[in-house]
Amino acid sequence: MNVDAPSAPRRTEVNAKTILDIRQLTKHFAIRNAFGFQKGVLRALDDVTFTVDKGEILGIVGESGCGKSTLGKTIMGIHPPTSGTMVFEGNDITGQTPSAARETRRHLQYSYQDPGASLDPRWKIRRSLHEPLVIHHGSLSFEEREQRVREILQAVGLPASHLDLYPHEISGGQQRRVGLARILTLQPSLIVLDEPTSGLDVSVQATILNLLLDLRKQFDLTYLFISHDLSVVRMICNRIAVMYLGKVVEFGDTEAVFETPRHPYTRSLLSAIPTIGGARVTDTFSLEGEPPNPGNLPSGCRFRNRCPRAEPRCAEIEPELRADWPGQEAACHVAT
Amino acid sequence: MTSNLLEVRDLRVSFATDGGVARVLDNVNLTIGRGQIVGLVGESGCGKTTLARSILGVLPKNSARLESGTIAFDGTDLLQVDPDALAATVRGRRISFIPQDPFSSFNPVFTIGAQIMDLMKWKSPALDDAAAGGSGWLPRFYGSSRRKADHDRVLDLLRQVQLPDPEAVLKKYPHEVSGGQRQRLMIAMALLPEPKLIIADEPTTALDVTIQAQILKLLRKLATDHGISVLFTTHDLGTAWEICDSITVMYAGQEMEAASSDGFFKRPSHPYTNRLLKSLPSRDGRIAGIPGDIPGLVNPPPGCRFHPRCEFATDLCRQTRPDLTPVGAGHAVRCYHPVAEEKRHALA
Repeated sequence: MNVDAPSAPRRTEVNAKTILDIRQLTKHFAIRNAFGFQKGVLRALDDVTFTVDKGEILGIVGESGCGKSTLGKTIMGIHPPTSGTMVFEGNDITGQTPSAARETRRHLQYSYQDPGASLDPRWKIRRSLHEPLVIHHGSLSFEEREQRVREILQAVGLPASHLDLYPHEISGGQQRRVGLARILTLQPSLIVLDEPTSGLDVSVQATILNLLLDLRKQFDLTYLFISHDLSVVRMICNRIAVMYLGKVVEFGDTEAVFETPRHPYTRSLLSAIPTIGGARVTDTFSLEGEPPNPGNLPSGCRFRNRCPRAEPRCAEIEPELRADWPGQEAACHVAT
Repeated sequence: MTSNLLEVRDLRVSFATDGGVARVLDNVNLTIGRGQIVGLVGESGCGKTTLARSILGVLPKNSARLESGTIAFDGTDLLQVDPDALAATVRGRRISFIPQDPFSSFNPVFTIGAQIMDLMKWKSPALDDAAAGGSGWLPRFYGSSRRKADHDRVLDLLRQVQLPDPEAVLKKYPHEVSGGQRQRLMIAMALLPEPKLIIADEPTTALDVTIQAQILKLLRKLATDHGISVLFTTHDLGTAWEICDSITVMYAGQEMEAASSDGFFKRPSHPYTNRLLKSLPSRDGRIAGIPGDIPGLVNPPPGCRFHPRCEFATDLCRQTRPDLTPVGAGHAVRCYHPVAEEKRHALA
């Protein structure tokens, strides 16, 4: 343990490089019965706090239903947060007016999980690529827009002839490239990437990941990389946040988290990844059961029902993130 | 009777499409030994699902055409057997199927119990082959004693797939159970007829990684306990490494390499296989993809279909397709230029 560790951990530290500062972000959804009466609350995000530095790739990992997509969508303003603040490039973007939010979206963009579904099937690629410029930079003429679109299309590695094709005429990997091009035409500074490689073959995934790394350099981008694929996250991210049922349970530098996972959930998650040439998961994996219903969470620590190391205090006190390790924090009473 | 449970030889299947005839399987061979888990690995569109469907005999009748080849299951060529007899005695009984998507494979308006018991009515191992053929249109007699025995068997199997509280699960509707539990139910349903071969079509793609690990562990255990062979199709080399005894790699309708799991990951010999392994995310920075795109199957490249993307391609590769060449014990590769030792993507 590092005794000289600074009092404010890097997760919450705000400095000149900070581009996005998220404090105690909470999003609850009401569970209603057939008559519209609220019968419970689903804690999709609970007290999420972290900062993102300019130029870094922050990974958000977790299983389905852990709130990672809700986090991305709340940052984008698609869901209004229940409480908490979000500061992007020095401006508070919590509960903005629609016109201010539109201004923010020029710099903060969201890449959907399936870009094929977000392209209009009746529009040619050209029209889809022009659309963001028409909305955000209405003063540009067609020729100016066309020039910028062609530059971006080249940057994502597609020929200009693709402008005259329809979405169904190109492959899934190419649709993702078009989706990225569409975002890049606005020259954003932070992109929320929601599962950018899910559903792709490994050879196509490899080219998309390389493209993302190239584009980051070329356009000076920062990524919030939401994924359930831990091997991809390990390769591409600088820091990662592991989420379980709406809470960040572990946060830290990617290498630290992968080399020495502190939270029992992170350990299970990592031991479930198939590693070619390594120990077989079918021999070593021990976690049982499935995540509980997020509308009906256990008391205390959310993971205690499945945790191999649960103690009585885990049922009473909900653990907070502890910065007891250099470059790493975990929300667990028993982690050492 | 041969020693192998299933032998597919020189199978050719083509599909009529708007653009012309697509040869989706081009002289494909596949061997499954008794009690083996065989991985059929390939990217989307390589024909692995078509091969699985050909074995089951459920290709779409109006567009697919079996041109040539044999599928020998337990010594009989399934392509020569009368289709009705196949449906009554083999499909769903000797060979069963685990689908990719546990979400859309149940009927949402019936309880899980009703759907499983319906399966037992038609495909129960207690039913002898003659009775299974049935008398055509007449309603089938389902005696209460057999129903009771079947019900007990179902509960027993649900316990084997480690479902909590099986009695309660049978009364639930499909939307009331989670994805992992639905996949467990699918495995139980595949095991119920006591098959000799289970075809699992990407059974873990839709699942989270921790649930995937549980399901793989379960599948491995049950296959060993019941002595069942499994054909496991997947696009993920990691899952193939986890549970397969041997591996066949397909690309654009041709099989490229077939080997035991150990041999495959220690000595990958086909250029495509090596490229595929190099495409996996590694811990140190950049990964190499495969340049170019998967070819269309209507007018595929002649010879070896991988040659336009292959760094070792020669004129010979462009003209004729290579035969299966042995490169080690139980390890064969369809390539004129198997990757030399020093250039391989060594892993273990």
